Parts: sequence; C-alpha cells; structure tokens
Amino acid sequence: MQRIGVFVCWCGSNIAGTVDVKQVAEMLKREPGVVFSTDYQYMCSESGQNLIKDAIKEHGLTGVVVCSCSPRMHENTFRKAAASVGLNPYMVEIANVREQCSWIHKDMPVATAKAVILGRAAIAKVHLNAPLTAGESPVTKRALVIGGGIAGIQTALDIAEAGFPVDIVEKSPTIGGKMAQLDKTFPTLDCAACILTPKMVEASQQENINIYAYSEVDEVKGFVGNFSVKIRRKARFIKEDLCTGCGLCTEKCPMKKVPNEFNLGMDNRSAVYIPFAQAVPKVATIDANYCIKKKTGKCGLCSTVCGVGAIDYDQKDEILEEKYGAIVVATGFNPISVEKFDEFAYAQSPDVVTSLEYERLMNAAGPTNGTLLRPSDKQHPHTIVFVQCVGSRCDAKNEKGKQYCSKVCCMYTAKHAMLTREKYPDTDVYVFYIDVRTPGKNFDEFYRRAVEDYGVHYVKGMVGKVVPENGKLKVQASDLIANEQLHIDADMVVLAAAVEPDKSARPLATMLTASMDTNDFFTEAHPKLRPVESPTAGVFLSGMCQGPKDIPDTVSQASACAAKVIGLLAKDKLTGNPCVAHSNELLCNGCSSCEKVCPYGAITYSDKEFRMPDRTTAVRRVAEVNPAVCQGCGACTVACPSGAMDLYGFSNQQIMAEVDAICK
Amino acid sequence: MVYSYYPGCTLKTKAKDLDRYARASAAALGIELQELPDWQCCGGVYPMAKDEIATKLSSVRALLSAKEQGNDLVTMCSACHNVLKQVNHDMATDENIVTKVANYMKLDEPYRGETKVIHFLELLRDGVGFDELKKHVVKPLKGVKIAPYYGCLLLRPGKVMAFDDPENPAIMENFIKALGAEPVVYAMRNECCGGYATLEKKAIAEKKATAVMDNAAANGAQMMITACPLCLYNLTKNAQGGVPVKYFTEVLAEALGVKEEA
Repeated sequence: MQRIGVFVCWCGSNIAGTVDVKQVAEMLKREPGVVFSTDYQYMCSESGQNLIKDAIKEHGLTGVVVCSCSPRMHENTFRKAAASVGLNPYMVEIANVREQCSWIHKDMPVATAKAVILGRAAIAKVHLNAPLTAGESPVTKRALVIGGGIAGIQTALDIAEAGFPVDIVEKSPTIGGKMAQLDKTFPTLDCAACILTPKMVEASQQENINIYAYSEVDEVKGFVGNFSVKIRRKARFIKEDLCTGCGLCTEKCPMKKVPNEFNLGMDNRSAVYIPFAQAVPKVATIDANYCIKKKTGKCGLCSTVCGVGAIDYDQKDEILEEKYGAIVVATGFNPISVEKFDEFAYAQSPDVVTSLEYERLMNAAGPTNGTLLRPSDKQHPHTIVFVQCVGSRCDAKNEKGKQYCSKVCCMYTAKHAMLTREKYPDTDVYVFYIDVRTPGKNFDEFYRRAVEDYGVHYVKGMVGKVVPENGKLKVQASDLIANEQLHIDADMVVLAAAVEPDKSARPLATMLTASMDTNDFFTEAHPKLRPVESPTAGVFLSGMCQGPKDIPDTVSQASACAAKVIGLLAKDKLTGNPCVAHSNELLCNGCSSCEKVCPYGAITYSDKEFRMPDRTTAVRRVAEVNPAVCQGCGACTVACPSGAMDLYGFSNQQIMAEVDAICK
Repeated sequence: MVYSYYPGCTLKTKAKDLDRYARASAAALGIELQELPDWQCCGGVYPMAKDEIATKLSSVRALLSAKEQGNDLVTMCSACHNVLKQVNHDMATDENIVTKVANYMKLDEPYRGETKVIHFLELLRDGVGFDELKKHVVKPLKGVKIAPYYGCLLLRPGKVMAFDDPENPAIMENFIKALGAEPVVYAMRNECCGGYATLEKKAIAEKKATAVMDNAAANGAQMMITACPLCLYNLTKNAQGGVPVKYFTEVLAEALGVKEEA
C-alpha cells in the first residue's frame, strides 16, 4: 500500500473561488492510502513546495497528488520538489482542478464534487505508479542543415558561430536559394544580392561549415543525438577541388540553348554552367541532359580549354555517410505552376508572367539586364496589371489552388508596383486584390506609399479573364467598390502565384518520420510554443518549409532554430522521457499495427526465439520500441489488438483505474 | 465497339447535322452507336435545380436504359451531355436523391450512377485515340485554320464533367490536329456564347458571341467548330463577324470522306 499525500491548491481565488478546497482536502483524506491531506494558497510558491517536501519527509510519503492547475503548467515544478527530497518524480500526479474544473464551473457544490472525483482518480493512479528512471544517450555534436537558401544559411551560420560543426546539403549547384533570384527586398528596398551574397561567402569561409552543394539526402537512420545520414554527392563532372570558377568552359561550350533555370527559362545558358556570378561554391557543373560530349561522345571542348584539368566526364555520384546530433529542415518553397489558371492566359502569351519572372525582368543580372521589356516584342510596357492571390485563398471545394494565404505576395506586389512606377513613371500600374494584407514592421507604411506616393491603382476585385488579342492583353475584371466591370488593355499581366513547399519535402519527411500537414508544410511540435521544432525529436524547422513567410520572418525563425539546435548539441548526454511504450513480447502477435501508427518511427520488428510450453523453441516476429525515439504519445497502445503495447507511466491498468475512480 | 447513343431533341430538329455527320463518322470508324429505345428529353436545364427530383427523372430513364443495355452512354450535344453527366453524378453521390428517385420510379434496385456517360469527343480521344483517328482521315483538312469553341457546358463544373482542364482545354485542338487542320488557340474558347440570354436580352448574347468570334478571328480562324446547338445558334445569328461556324462532326465527316453520303 502506498502512503499518499494530497495537496489541494487554492490558486488564489482561481480554484478556491469555485471549489471548496478545505472540503476537497477533507474528503480525499478518507481515501485508502492517503495518510496526509492539506490545502494551501499557492502550492507552486516556494513555501508551498516546502510544504510538500516536509510532508514527504515527515510522513514517509511514497506518492503525492497535487490538486492544482494543468500538469502542463506545474507538473515539472512539483516533480522536482519531490525529487529533491528523494521521492521518485514519477510518483507525483496532478489532478487538474483549475482548467478542467474551477474555470469551467460556476456552482460551488458541483465544482467541489467534481474536484473530489478528479482527486480520487489521481489517487487511484498513484496506487499503481512505479518509480521510473529516464535513460541516457550520447549526443553527436554535429548538425545537418538540409537546404541552402537564406533559412539554411542563417541557421548554419548561427550554429557554427556557437562552435559546432555544420554540414549544409543543397540540391542545386549553389547555395542562395530563392532569395538569390530576387531583385529588391521589402520593406527597405535594398538589393537582395547585396545582403545575401555576404552571408553566402561567410558560410563558405566559416571553418565550422561544410557545404555539400549539388547533393541530396538519400537516407536517414537513428534518432535524436544519433542520426546517421547518407548524402548523395551528385556528379558535376567537374572536380570541385580543382575548378577555379574562371568560367572559360562556360564561354567555350558550344551548347548554348539550355533553358536557364536561374532566370526561369527566360533566357539560355550553356550546358556547362555556373548558375550566377556570386555562386557558392563557384564551380562549374556539366548538365548531362544537354552536354554534347555526354550525349554523343563527341566535343570535349571544355576539357580542352580548362587550364587546371578539372573536367571529368566519367565522374560518378558519390555516397557519404555522416553522423549528426540534430537535423534542420530548410527545404524552402516554389511558386505553384499557374497552368491550371489559364483564365489569365499564362500558357497563351509570353507577356503574362509570374511575379518571380517579373523579379528577374527587373534585375540587372536578368535576361533583359534590368530593363523592363515585355517578353513578346521586347518593347517597353505602358500598362501593367498585377493579379494577386493566384492560387492562394482558394475555396476547398474548388478544383485548384491552395486554401492558405501565401503571405508574401501583397508585399512583393506592392514592391513591384512601386519600383515599376519609380523607374518608368509613364507606366500605368493596376493591382487587383481580394484584401491587402500587410502586417509587419513598416509593412503597411510601405504599401500606403505605393498607393499614395507612387500612384499605383489598387482595385479591390479579381481579374476574371485575360484575352491576348492584337498584341494587347485584354483584361476583364471587377471593381467591387465601384461595383462595375473593368476592361483594361494591358501590355503585361503579372501573376502573384501562391507558394508551395518544395517537392523534395515530402520524401524527406518520410525519411525523417517528421509529420506534415495536408499542404506538405512540416508541422511544428506546438503551433505557438514550439514553433521551430518538429514533433520528431532532433528534427528542427527553418523557413518556408514550415509555412509561408517572408525574409525577416525566415531569418528570425532560422536563428531560433539554431538556438534550439545549439541547446541540444551543448548537452553531452540526453535524458530521455521514461514514459515510453514497451511491448510485452509474449502477447505481441507481430501484426505491425503499432509500427504503422507510430509517427516517430520508434517501433521496429525482429524475429526472436521463444521457448514454448512443450519445451520446443519457436521463432516469432515481435515489436521492439526504441525508447530514445519514442515520444510516449500512446498511439501504439491504442492500435495494438492484443494489448501487448503499454506505456510506462500511463499503462492501460493505470488509465482504467482512473476511469473506475471517476465512474465509481 | 458498341455504345448506347443519346442524341437529344435538338439533334432531331434544329441540329440534324450534328447527328447525321456523327453517325456517318462513327460508322466509318467502326463504332456502333445504338440509339436508346424510347429516349426522352434529358430534362434541359431543369435538373440543375438541386431540390427537385422530378426534373431529374427523364435523365435517369436514359441512364438506366443504358445500364440495362450494358453499354457506356455516348452523347453528342454539349447541353444534354452536361445534364446527363450532372444527374449521373448526383445519382452516384447523393443518397437522398437516389432514394427519392428509386421510390418515385418504383425501381427494384436503386440506380447509383453506374452508367458511364461519355461525350463523342471523349470517345474519339479515349476510345478510338486521336492517332488512330488520324489513320482514318482520307481528306486531311490541310492548311485550314480552325478555332475550337468549347463554351461552358462541356467543361464546367470541372470536377463533375472531368472533360479537360476547364481553363486550358486541349481535346478539340488535338481533334483538329488529327484531322490534318491547324487549331487556333484563343482565350475566349471557353467563355459563354450568351446562351439563353438571347431569348430575353438579345443584346447581351450579341455582345458575348461577338467577343468570342472577334477573338477567334483576331487569331486567324477561318472556321469555328462547336458541339453545342445553342452555341452554334448564337455564333451564327448573334455574332457580328463572318467566321463560318460548323459542328465538329461535320468537319470530322468531311475528313473521313463520308460527308456526301451522310
């Protein structure tokens, strides 16, 4: 029989205002096993905790029940207090008589009766509690950052500066990501390259950072503190250590008609290429899909001109295996394909462009060297219509588009409109919007400037149809405020396409057993309180992969993410949560139900030999839980049809005892 | 290939061309179109009223009849196709309507949208295949610039009709290519022709139809084709502009060399 102490907290008037705390303490004193029961004004205060500690010592308590607020608030406080006087912290149970009782009832007798019942349930559980000890595992002091955009770069820099080694894996030939393609950044209008490229250079020079560009993650094994990752270094057909980035090969390459992805296919590059002038690492890459030598065996011009002998046509993909303590996902985003939205005639006219394409058309390193020319005839456009929310905020019943707001479009459209009016005051600029959403420091001021100082025509309403006819784009739209239909003959139409997570995110999430939402954004451990951690221990989230966000938000989150990683890597050992699942091998029938529902990949199966009653041995497939990976969610215990899975600290027996106590 | 065939009322009166060229072309392609026995009107626009089952009954009779024949049901007229397909979708998804219809019609077994409704264009694309169709062309319409006109009814609602991308369809363009002609891609091909507005506010129908034809003409169309009798009416009677408008089955029959015998 346990010797249980009951401590009923008033929480000032929060509990005592609705619950007769004295009566609760009195009633619970009569429960079997309860040797001490009292109430106090603030149990979480220093003196309240001392009350508990003294009672444990004085009455030799083996279990403690605190009737107070939610265990999310102070369970840890009371467990620590108990541990300080030698009681196993897992012998402490909380009866939540605040959130689940006093705050939701008005009638004192009702609330008091309920508080007693909740106390009884906790007492019933404590009777079945057993001391639990958390296990320990070592931490590999190295981080992996997947994705080398601004999010990945910032996270890597912060971790590296704290003294831990970091590897960045980036699938394209250079780091920099989407930000490298942007012209100017809101709300300050400084040039994106000017603020990004110093960070790219810093990342390449930081001695703790190792960049694996043109590489992808092939396999992830292990768990928090002990990940083992296979990285595929894709063949560039260039020896990275020899290439000086002089660019001679790219000049001489005879295959010059490869759509240039950096400029979104609006101009061409050569088959051997360096994506842009400030690429990091600045080495060339041979595009095997277009290289004449790779395709026909003839040519080889680049290897003739290369002064350092860096060309290697026979290079093969290489697989590296590295160990990491933490993994950061920074896989970023892409604008959606607008082909499903051809009411805007994107497929029909080159003068209908996406905002990212417009960004390149405005950029000095873009296909028009920064002069705004419409793609069809290279003439200066005089009327430009911007359409917002293309594919964002769509109805769930709609056959296309995303339901969420992409968050960045209102601001970059205001930026485009303003920059266009500033550079080309003879241009008429229209912006069609559903709402203009500009929360953020200096954001609304920015948008007001576009309207008030730059004379951009903001029209509330959507564009219904764009008809290319006789060299013009006939735009039909509604003006909801004037309640009239508008017809505008435009020279260009710019579509603010919704953002979506990069396609690589979904297979990566499967490898990491990290959860995603229906839009393929990674889910955070808690939407408010743990926004940069994945529910999977040791996996952290940085940037757009977690949800739409602009550069300031991305950089903030990237640094927050780094802080969490540093916190993890600073530890020599990890103390686990002892409330994990375990399987009774004698009951397990090997059905895999638990493995399928486990969101963390903590359950594996193995064949084990068992002695049978008739003294023979039999090999059976049974489940095994890795306690370092298990987060104690309990999904497996519910899924297990034979009752073999159980959770320490929340066993089926303990839960049933609580239910029995409530229903008594 | 044997299919049940639902011509619809207009194809027996104003739009006889749509019907007879289809039959001649089908025969040339080795497709047997078996006209449903004793079919009635599809119900016109009335089945679109969500709360009334009586207006859906005539469509269900056609669908049920095809189910009994054990065939897929081929339609020709855009409007009939839209009505039949939408009613069929209701029958497959709305238990309330299924029960009411079964009770009203005293069906032993309720009809649950088992019949597959396909438009003749879909049959050409998916059943015959445009590559196969091309092999049957004896008089390629070489050099003719044809603007396909989809209108609304073949494409929308997109999820139910599942005909093609409602904003960027390609089936009629590919059909035109198979006949050896040159498709004209133009933005207004999926806009409304004015529809029934011609009965009440003729000016609206004139404006809509003219905008469609202007856009086709501006893109070099020498001819327009459609699958809808009402679209054909609006484009020929209400549009200003002289682009000739034909049923898609007429150009098909011409390319297959069976126009004269039809």
